[in-house]
Amino acid sequence: MKTLTNFHAKYWKKITPEASEALDKHGFGRREFLKGLGALIVGYSAAGVLNKAGAQFPTATVPLNQVDSWLAVAADGSVTGFAGKCDFGQGFRTVQQQLVAEELGVQFENINMIICDTALCPDQGVSSGSQGHPTQFGNNALRQALVTAREALLQMGAAQLKVTAAELSLENGNVVVTKDPSQRMSFGQLIGGKRFSLALNQQARPKDPLTYTILGTSVPRLDVPPKVTGEFEYVQNKRVAGMVHGKVVRPPKPGAKLVKVNEGSVAALPGNVKVVIKNDFVGVVADKEWLAQNAADVLDVTWTDGDTLPNQETLYADMRKMPSRDSLIVAQSDVDTQMKAAARTFAATYVHPFQMHGSLGTSCAVADVKGAGASTTATIWCASQGVWNQRGSVALILGTTATNVRVVFMEGSGCYGLNGADTVAYDAAIMSQAVGKPVRVQYTRRDEMISADSYGPAYVIDLKAGVDAQGQMIAWDYEAWTFSKGGRPAVANPGNVISGALAGFPTAAVVPAAANPPNNYSNNSNADSSYGMGCVGNSCGGTGNIKSERVLVHTIQSPFYTGPLRSPNRLQNCFANESFIDEVAAGLKADPVAYRLRHLVDTRLRDCVTKAAEAYGWDSRPSPKAGNPKTGVVTGRGISCVLYEGNNGYCALIAEVEVDQETGKVEVTRIITSNDSGPISNPDGLSNQMEGGAMQGMSRALYEEVKWQEFGLTSVHWRAFPVYQFGNRLPYIETVLINRPDVRQMGAGETTITIVAAAIANAIFDATGARIRQVPFTPARVLAALKARA
Amino acid sequence: MASIKLTVNGTAHTVDVADPEMPLLYVLMDDLQLNGPKYGCGLSQCGACTVLLDGEPIRSCQTPVSLAAGHDVLTIEGLGTMENPHRIQQLFMDEQAVQCGYCISGPMLYGKVFIDQNPGSSQEQILEALSGLLCRCHAHTRMMRALTRYSEEVKA
Repeated sequence: MKTLTNFHAKYWKKITPEASEALDKHGFGRREFLKGLGALIVGYSAAGVLNKAGAQFPTATVPLNQVDSWLAVAADGSVTGFAGKCDFGQGFRTVQQQLVAEELGVQFENINMIICDTALCPDQGVSSGSQGHPTQFGNNALRQALVTAREALLQMGAAQLKVTAAELSLENGNVVVTKDPSQRMSFGQLIGGKRFSLALNQQARPKDPLTYTILGTSVPRLDVPPKVTGEFEYVQNKRVAGMVHGKVVRPPKPGAKLVKVNEGSVAALPGNVKVVIKNDFVGVVADKEWLAQNAADVLDVTWTDGDTLPNQETLYADMRKMPSRDSLIVAQSDVDTQMKAAARTFAATYVHPFQMHGSLGTSCAVADVKGAGASTTATIWCASQGVWNQRGSVALILGTTATNVRVVFMEGSGCYGLNGADTVAYDAAIMSQAVGKPVRVQYTRRDEMISADSYGPAYVIDLKAGVDAQGQMIAWDYEAWTFSKGGRPAVANPGNVISGALAGFPTAAVVPAAANPPNNYSNNSNADSSYGMGCVGNSCGGTGNIKSERVLVHTIQSPFYTGPLRSPNRLQNCFANESFIDEVAAGLKADPVAYRLRHLVDTRLRDCVTKAAEAYGWDSRPSPKAGNPKTGVVTGRGISCVLYEGNNGYCALIAEVEVDQETGKVEVTRIITSNDSGPISNPDGLSNQMEGGAMQGMSRALYEEVKWQEFGLTSVHWRAFPVYQFGNRLPYIETVLINRPDVRQMGAGETTITIVAAAIANAIFDATGARIRQVPFTPARVLAALKARA
Repeated sequence: MASIKLTVNGTAHTVDVADPEMPLLYVLMDDLQLNGPKYGCGLSQCGACTVLLDGEPIRSCQTPVSLAAGHDVLTIEGLGTMENPHRIQQLFMDEQAVQCGYCISGPMLYGKVFIDQNPGSSQEQILEALSGLLCRCHAHTRMMRALTRYSEEVKA
């Protein structure tokens, strides 16, 4: 594995002026954009991209199956890559550029990546679920386009140089006769300014990862130099000529409907204030952001009372009685009989609160809506994970067609899933359409936290296990209750987030229904533990050896909008599953690592556990640690592991904690975590993701809980929704990277965060003998657990 | 409409503001079109809006622009550029010490001022000095590595 090379910041400079110029200029479609690069290429599906020179609309979808959708070579040989997987600060822009350099044999610095512009980039759906890495290295995506192009370039070179393709190699953007490198032709000479006009060839062979020279190295991220010098243009910094500022005025409580707006209440304010109303949507627009905020603060709006919220004090008990839509992940018929036959049984209940993405910067978007009726066009600059869903759903809101909308991704504050990035783009679009000018909207902290963020849902999880006389688990019974409302917007569903719903689009309700038997095994939510065989029908897809399992989930209509929050559902499920196996191991006086390995059959997951334990210096013994006093500060360690989404990244994590038994305060002092996501594309980038995920997971485990009262949500700022902050104890973190060049690429953005809470809970138990089964592990809850310990 | 004179990153500016109670942040973002200081909470709870006022870190989201009149404001743009970064910026690059980077003004500017005044401070001391700042990507470990290196260099 190569280490960090000291890259010069100029590589980012080289990229931004061209990219931003093209993105900024109205009247630029894909063809003009490529012309601007000197490529003189007619963009794919030119008729759709452009009906005449200079016109931006209509913009058709750029297809996945054409090389020209992904790649353009300019006359000077520089390469522009187009990708539909965005970067939110994980470094995936840089990794995609490494991939282009690697597979095409071009110098890294001669490449320009354009990502997630619906007018320019292939439609790769949503950038989420740790799917960027597996997708781009998969069959119908960036790598296959590059490999197809490489083979075409070799063929072109062979014809021009009068040799066979087998006698040629690629070197820094040239096709070179291997035995006589003086004979060569540059990519610019071969294809510069022309189209490949080739469909992706699924038989074209990618490079063997063992021969990688750029992938697999820690190429520094292109976005870091501009970020640390303040030169980076976030969506919050997007400025368009003639732009004005919008602010939203939200209902005070979920479900409240608009009764009336007294527009006179802001009539005397400076800044050309305009009130925008669309169904239940209310916003104000003014020339300056501060003046818009002042107007939003005083606008006199009357709302209905809104929904009756559940009582937070009794929520977890009440959830069991609420109507639900049920689903079964695994449903072996002998669970109850095995449980009865077991030598010992164990049972425990775990609960997890609503949590929010809580982006540090509030969500922001800029919309420029022009024209009227069916000829309405719009350009949206936003930080959505789903720019193609934005395109279609914004079109619905504006009453136009998707081809009349262009959505340009710009990085915002880290989102970690469905924060306010989608819904704020609707706000901007609605207000821009109303005032006929480009409108920028950035939320207040309060707006972001209680009326934009689609929360990660609360969970109650009951677990039971049956163990035979030899200590082997023979039955596992999981039953969970959780919430759902709305979710990620789809092309036809702007009502999945609040602004779409306020504008009059329906939010799909949870329809109660009994569960059907599962058709096939999917552990996408990690509801099934790592120790189950995961048998459905005749096939088994789990990573463990417990055959007799039932995994049943009840989904309830949520009082609040919910949506994917980094490791959605998997984090809550792994907190329960990975705590519970620890409880069973402790009950049997077994070592937690050894007891996991006894029930794990997947060799890669076993390897992750073993390597983390080795790096930690794990001494084999049961928990709790013998000899710790029942008073004062004590230390302990806990482990957890997962195969993320059942197929997308192996991870194990060991946390070491200090517990103050007088105050109940828990501090994590050390985290050792191992990860196997197949071939590593950028080792330092992988470490960065693992470290950040571990720390964010620690914050969620120790501090984070959305709160409300009868009158509404109360988690309105950082004092009311505390998170880990500078000044809190900083754990030492060590990452163990397991590189497997011989298998397919998997994701790694959400592996460590998934299993931190359980590792900490297990470590608290190891230190104190007290089991904590409710997130977050506040001092009061830890004290209660200490009081309740045997 | 009040006319406010202030110096930002070494350049003198005169800005007309409708409301002298408007926080400095909005002049920097909206009028002077700077990208460094950012709106995070408007409540002095996170630090994304941090700038130096006459060399001391302040939260520009809650500092009325009238208080900055006649003073020197420095944002992270004023520290250095990509071609010629300040040493602390170079160390953040070397340690790849951001993810989304939205928070960076807080840890970098509070860190710089504290370390310049207390060279050789330990990681624990710097961490304590940064109390109350937030980073939601939780890139704290890398930022602390960069800052600790800076502390060692300033001492030497």
